[in-house]
Amino acid sequence: MSPLSRREFVGVGIAAGAGLVIGFYLPHKGGVEKESFSPNAYLRITPDNKVTIVVARSEMGQGVRTALPMILAEELEADWKQIEMEQAGASTLFGDQTTGGSASIRTTWDPMRKAGAIAREMLISAAALTWGVSRSACSAENGVIKHAASNRRLSYGELAGKAATLPIPSDVPLKQSKDYKIVGQRLARVDSPAKVKGEAVFGIDFRLPGMKYAVLSRCPVIGGKVASFDDKESKKIFGVSYVGKIGDSAVAVVADSVWGAMEGRRTLNVTWNEGPNKDLNTTAVLASQKQAASKKGVNLYSAGEPTKVSGRHISAEYSLPFMAHAPMEPGNCTAHFQGTKCELWAPTQVPQDCRDSVATAIGLDPDQVKVNVTLMGGGFGRRLEHDYAVEAALVSKAINSPVKVLWTREDDMRSSTYRPASLHQLGATLDGSGLPVGLTHRIIAPSISGQKGQPVPNGVDPDLPDEAGPVYGIPNYLIDYVQVETPVPLGWMRSVYALQAAFALESFIDELAVAAGKDPLKYRLQLLAKDQDLSYFTTTWHTARMRGVLQLAAEKSGWDKALPAGRYRGVACFGCFASYMAEVVEISMENDQPHVHRVVAVVDCGQVVNPSILEQQIQGGIVYGLANALRAKITIEKGRVVQGNFDDYAPLRMEETPAVEVYAVPSPETPTGIGEPSVPPIAPALCNAIYAATKKRIRALPILS
Amino acid sequence: MADITLRVNGSEKKVSVSPETPLLWVLRDTLELTGTKFGCGAGLCGACTVHVEGNAIRSCSTPVSQVAGKSVTTIEGLGANGLHVLQQAWIAEEVPQCGYCQTGQIMSAAALLAKTPNPTDDQITQAMNGNLCRCGTYERIRKAIHRAAGDGGAR
Repeated sequence: MSPLSRREFVGVGIAAGAGLVIGFYLPHKGGVEKESFSPNAYLRITPDNKVTIVVARSEMGQGVRTALPMILAEELEADWKQIEMEQAGASTLFGDQTTGGSASIRTTWDPMRKAGAIAREMLISAAALTWGVSRSACSAENGVIKHAASNRRLSYGELAGKAATLPIPSDVPLKQSKDYKIVGQRLARVDSPAKVKGEAVFGIDFRLPGMKYAVLSRCPVIGGKVASFDDKESKKIFGVSYVGKIGDSAVAVVADSVWGAMEGRRTLNVTWNEGPNKDLNTTAVLASQKQAASKKGVNLYSAGEPTKVSGRHISAEYSLPFMAHAPMEPGNCTAHFQGTKCELWAPTQVPQDCRDSVATAIGLDPDQVKVNVTLMGGGFGRRLEHDYAVEAALVSKAINSPVKVLWTREDDMRSSTYRPASLHQLGATLDGSGLPVGLTHRIIAPSISGQKGQPVPNGVDPDLPDEAGPVYGIPNYLIDYVQVETPVPLGWMRSVYALQAAFALESFIDELAVAAGKDPLKYRLQLLAKDQDLSYFTTTWHTARMRGVLQLAAEKSGWDKALPAGRYRGVACFGCFASYMAEVVEISMENDQPHVHRVVAVVDCGQVVNPSILEQQIQGGIVYGLANALRAKITIEKGRVVQGNFDDYAPLRMEETPAVEVYAVPSPETPTGIGEPSVPPIAPALCNAIYAATKKRIRALPILS
Repeated sequence: MADITLRVNGSEKKVSVSPETPLLWVLRDTLELTGTKFGCGAGLCGACTVHVEGNAIRSCSTPVSQVAGKSVTTIEGLGANGLHVLQQAWIAEEVPQCGYCQTGQIMSAAALLAKTPNPTDDQITQAMNGNLCRCGTYERIRKAIHRAAGDGGAR
């Protein structure tokens, strides 16, 4: 049992306080009913015995609406059947509500547990007072407090009024993992029924009375602006009510229907001032990266002196292209500007950023902007941008009416933010047994945060500490980073820099294993043989845990067993977002192209909250990562993104999807990320399998280019 | 503008829209049946799949004039009495992640099962290959179709 202090509790962003119901305000509630018990913003228990748990992260498919309440319900000793989920909008009660960085479980694990434990202890106190017995004679179980000696019981609802009058305790005990009844169970997701019935309300489905629809014509050239526009034909389209400039770079067409707005835009004639990037192309962008490679980098990780060791030297260079997130639900947002306030319904990973950016854009204070969070048809990082929300607010202000701004697929593909293209230079010095005594990995890439004007402390993009750490305890090891500039808009895409770092490192390790004449999996195990703690920014990577996932992957994939003729295997392992992952891919080559038959994926992410959701995340990450590896490539010509839809930027389809077996190493450790760690190893594992099949080394993604 | 009558989920609906309007937007905007989704607008992703006279079609690329007088079934009308067996299977196998494409997936699967009650893996792949899922739920979709077809269905 770990006690916690009240100060710590408040410090992690929960609105605790001295009164009865404190700091508890939710968008659709006018207030809180008198008899309800709400010791913090995450929880409300009402006399009708409903337990409402507030989810302050956004649901984009990763299961937070199920998994986060499970954590609180566990400590509360609630009956899972009595739990209702409530989605928080942008708030000041929960700290940073950004949903990204595989962080929802990681960052709410403690606050949600403590929120539940505090309520549980207060309910026990309320029952003890009611019965005039000692607290220690009472226990919480399955939504009731029991007094075993007298066989009395009171439901949480019955105790809510009394509990609400009690002081909030400063120290409460937390459960041990061996006593968990909810956490760790394959509980059904709360959002599945609505999603299969077509009743789930995604951003695109939200509707207000009198709402208009808008599509925007955005400058096709990166950084270009509107020079002038002719809307004569647009205004002939039935239902088109407004055409006007929004910001410097777009013209909005507003109509009574989506189709009317789309037709209005099709017939709109905009003259663009194409600006400084009108001749930009991908080749030039990549050439400038290559030129920058010899610049001085900043150290990300440094051990020993890799340049001073002697032995057989091997080097290789890897490159990856720009990629697009392409979530299934195209960008959209609904806004209702009403003079001194503006309300939004946004499918967003960043409700608070939407609130603040909208406030600035339309000249209101942040507290005059209310952001409701809808379901998202996928996020993958694309909805870490606030562009849709700002556009919707600006259009609503321009027309003084509620409006939904909708992007088409082509808008999403061509006016997006992209995974940064990157270049990787690796070098190794092998000893007599073929093992690396020195390793260097130089990452040459633009900084996503830097481009957005956010801090890049000491020249280190703030994502790199989560995504480009060391895997092996090589005694002389340097990872450094050269920041380059690009005009191509950048965004955080599922696993961010980990995809690039893992592709380069784990392809290179395979090359070293080949050079050493060793089995690539056993070679890795040899590199992980010694228990070492590798300190990398705020994370400590344990070689023992990486060895653990690799060993389990070897066992489950039958690595030591012979494959049928024509089948080949590849392996890769990587750690990011504090989780450890190993993947073994089994392929055959058909018409010079890889066909992936089977993937064995093993993760160590500490305590698993919901194994079914974990399996979804890993299977999904691998399908996403396979599309990245095989085909994902955004190119720029004449300042314009070439790809436009799912024909020239093609995700994986069922026919290409392998069977993915998922295993988690049992662990009582604090949970770590699961949304992204399965993505990075799949590309190198696949390329390593292709090498095994063809003896051809792929050093540039995508594979099928 | 034209008045067009179509039969949607068993009821006659008269809409006043321009005849080239894709069926998708008539369903979503005019009839407020938002279970049918917009994904690509080009018949490439299957998120907008509905049934016209029992056949799975892409409503984003089908002008409403083409379905005048015809019978359209959307996800909202799939289970005549409660949940369709596929919707039950989808829940049992925990298929949806973000869920956005799933209504289209289910409509494609329903058209498959109507003609091929016990599909093989190859038949499932063939029928479902036009439906994209960026969350990567394909494996569970396959399981759910087998489950709906009956335990021990051909594989």
